[in-house]
Parts: sequence; C-alpha cells; structure tokens
Amino acid sequence: MQVPAPFEYERATSVDQAIGLLERLGSSARLVAGGHSLLPMMKLRLANFEYLIDINDLHAELGYIRLSDDEVRIGAMTRHRELLESDVLASVLPIFSDAERVIADPIVRNRGTLGGSLCQADPSEDLSAVCTTLDASCVIRGPGGAERVVTMEEFHVGPYETAVADNEILTEIRIPRKSFRTGSAYAKVERRAGDWAVVSAGAAVWLDEGRIVDARVGLAAVGPNTTGIPEISAALRGHEPGESLYELAGAIAARSCDPVTDTRGSADYKRHLADELTRRTLRKAVERARS
Amino acid sequence: MQVTMTVNGTEHTREIEGRMLLVHFLRDVLGLTGTHWGCDTSNCGVCVVWLDGEPVKSCTVLAAMAGGHEVRTVEGLAEGAELDPIQEGFRQCHGLQCGFCTPGMLMTCRALLDRNPDPTEGEIREAISGQICRCTGYSSIVRSVQWTAAHEAAAAATKEEAVAP
Repeated sequence: MQVPAPFEYERATSVDQAIGLLERLGSSARLVAGGHSLLPMMKLRLANFEYLIDINDLHAELGYIRLSDDEVRIGAMTRHRELLESDVLASVLPIFSDAERVIADPIVRNRGTLGGSLCQADPSEDLSAVCTTLDASCVIRGPGGAERVVTMEEFHVGPYETAVADNEILTEIRIPRKSFRTGSAYAKVERRAGDWAVVSAGAAVWLDEGRIVDARVGLAAVGPNTTGIPEISAALRGHEPGESLYELAGAIAARSCDPVTDTRGSADYKRHLADELTRRTLRKAVERARS
Repeated sequence: MQVTMTVNGTEHTREIEGRMLLVHFLRDVLGLTGTHWGCDTSNCGVCVVWLDGEPVKSCTVLAAMAGGHEVRTVEGLAEGAELDPIQEGFRQCHGLQCGFCTPGMLMTCRALLDRNPDPTEGEIREAISGQICRCTGYSSIVRSVQWTAAHEAAAAATKEEAVAP
C-alpha cells in the first residue's frame, strides 16, 4: 500500500488565511490543490511535508476565466475540465482545449488545476508549455496582500522549482491579448493516452494584413523547464506565413532545444518531434488566425 | 483528526490520520469494499467514486479532503434490490469479466450518461480512457453503456407518453 508519510492536514478558508498558515508553518508546509502530482510524489517519498494546506475550498475565490479587451485572466484554482469546457477559451485561445484534450484523463482533469500544474514545474507539463507559448504572467500573492507579477521564464527557476516563496501563493495567470488576428494550437506526442509528453509544442501567431506581427512557440519535455524560443519569433516576424517559414521554425526548434535520451525516446527522436510539432502547430495556428 | 462526510446519503464521522486516502477510508474504515483499490498511482481507475457528483480517483484524494462533502460509491447505485440501469446494462451486455474494474467503470459511465444521455462510441471511449480493464473487455463495456442509453431513452419516452393527455 502506498500512502504518504504522516503529516498534519489544514484546510484554507481564504487566500489570505492560507498565506497566514504558510507564514506560520514555513517550508514544512505545502499547499495542495488537485493533489494529482503532489500526493503521488508524497507516496513515493519524493516529497515530504509536515503540513498540507488544502486549498480546494478556495475554488470559489480562485476558479475563474475572465476575458477583457487586453488580457485573459485565469484563476489558479481553475480545474483542467473547466479549461477544456470553457467557450471563452475555445474561441479566443483554442490552444487550451487542444492541450486539455491530451492532459491525463477525464477523471484526473476533474481535480487537477492550472495553478497546481504550473507550480509542479515538471519539464513535460503541458499547461506550462501553453502559458510559455502565450507569454503569460503569473500573479503571486504574499503576506499583507502584497502581489508581484512574474513572467513564465521567471516563474520556472528549474525542474520542479518555481519563484513562489514558502509564504506565497500563485493566484492568477494573465495572458495578454493583442489587437490583431490571432490563432493558437497545441500538439503532443505521447506513448499512450494520458501519458506525459515525449515532446509537445504550442504555437501562437498574430497576423496583420497577412503578415506575422508576432509568433511564439513553446516546447515541453525538451529541457529543464518548458521552453520559449525567441529565435523562432525573430525569424517569423514581418513575414507572410507559409510552409518554408514553418520549416525554418521547425529547424530552429530542433537545434535550440535540449532533450535527453530516456525511456520515452532518444534525444534525436525528440529533436525530430520538436521540428515536426513546431511546424504542425504553427500551420494550425495560422489557419485559425485566418479563419 | 476528525472527518465527517456523507457517503451514499449517510453521514459518517471518524477519527483518522491526515494522510489517509479516501479509498482506504471507504474500504477499511466504513467497510464499503465495492470501491476497489488498484494501481495506487491514479492510472487504473478502479477506485473511481463521486465527490460532489464528479468522478474522482479516490487513491489520489485524501479522506480529509472529502470532509463536509458528498461521496457516492458503487454501493450507492442500486435502490434496494433494483439495479441502476448502468448496472443492468453491464449485466445485459457482459460489461464485466473478472469484475475488478467494474465499480470504477460503473461510476464513470453513470456520470457520463447523466451529463450526456446519448454519447457516441468515441465519447464513451474518451470517458473511460483513464480506466483500465485488464480483461480488455472494452467493446462489451461500450455496448453496455449504449444499451443503458437506449434503455433510458425508451423509458423516458414511455414516461412522457404516460404523462401526456
């Protein structure tokens, strides 16, 4: 039987009360949301905490998707299933529904959250790749209601490590919107349904008068964290989208990423996937931007 | 710590360790062994129960997390001697062989039909994609759900006819 080592269970009643508990308990405490990454790690003794602070009751406060003219704000407790079923996201950021369809399975998606996924900081994690692709910002709240906003690059400081301090909580993800025609897409290669990615890629493009104003590609499972590749953006800006451009982007992705050979595949195969999935998602994102 | 939750309509209060998983609370503390305990890693889905009406994998939910909430297990499907239509569907269409995956399958498929009374084969397969039938009886499980959907649609039509003037 696999069970976590003993810990004390606390239940948060509000964000600020949770921060109060974190302040008091320090590094011996960890927040638990869906628990589908943390509890398995605790069963395996890869993670041990004296206190778990259950934040599921904060769903009313932190479970939301809000659309405005210049950004989309998503609460950290928004569950996978809510992201998958959101009509707002399906229309303005279809990359989310592409990704959610291939994250774990429908039952796990009933529990897992956006914030939990990002805080897990697994290099193969799909929503981190989505947020990297979309140039999202992370809102982190600390003692006294103090908030700071960091980029995805700043948020992930290494595998399984984030910028969130012991007395802080990730509350919201902000995704900028630009006043151009926009499209986004996500693709993942996995060994079996619901598995972690061998490699996955997200793409987002912004078009004006048929030309690429900006484009971003994010890759998962090919480096210490999910990776945005600025060189691809630079190569695409100002050009008319087309196959030769996608090929160029794919080639940059393949040589810029840093995969390792493991049970999911060889480094060469992963580079091949980074190339191919970059092309596919860019193609799809452009199709969506044009339609 | 003390936890109070409602399981199949009955409130239970027990003293437990914070680390106790919901699957073990149901099986070992309440004696509701209909919920099975399988892979322990949220992959196989034999431990699926409902938490506030949503299917969850109870090997990856703390019993404490269910405190103050409603849990429904496979024991809560039948009403007395009358099987839930999804149970009847599995019986009619041989939706089980060894039966180990069945409690989880039943809870997931019941939830699917409650949300989507007429699912396509693809939707049924997607719904159970987080669950493993080691006998590989997926085709029979899909047929069982289809049987139940048709049966429930027919029953609803009969009921409407009976009510109509």
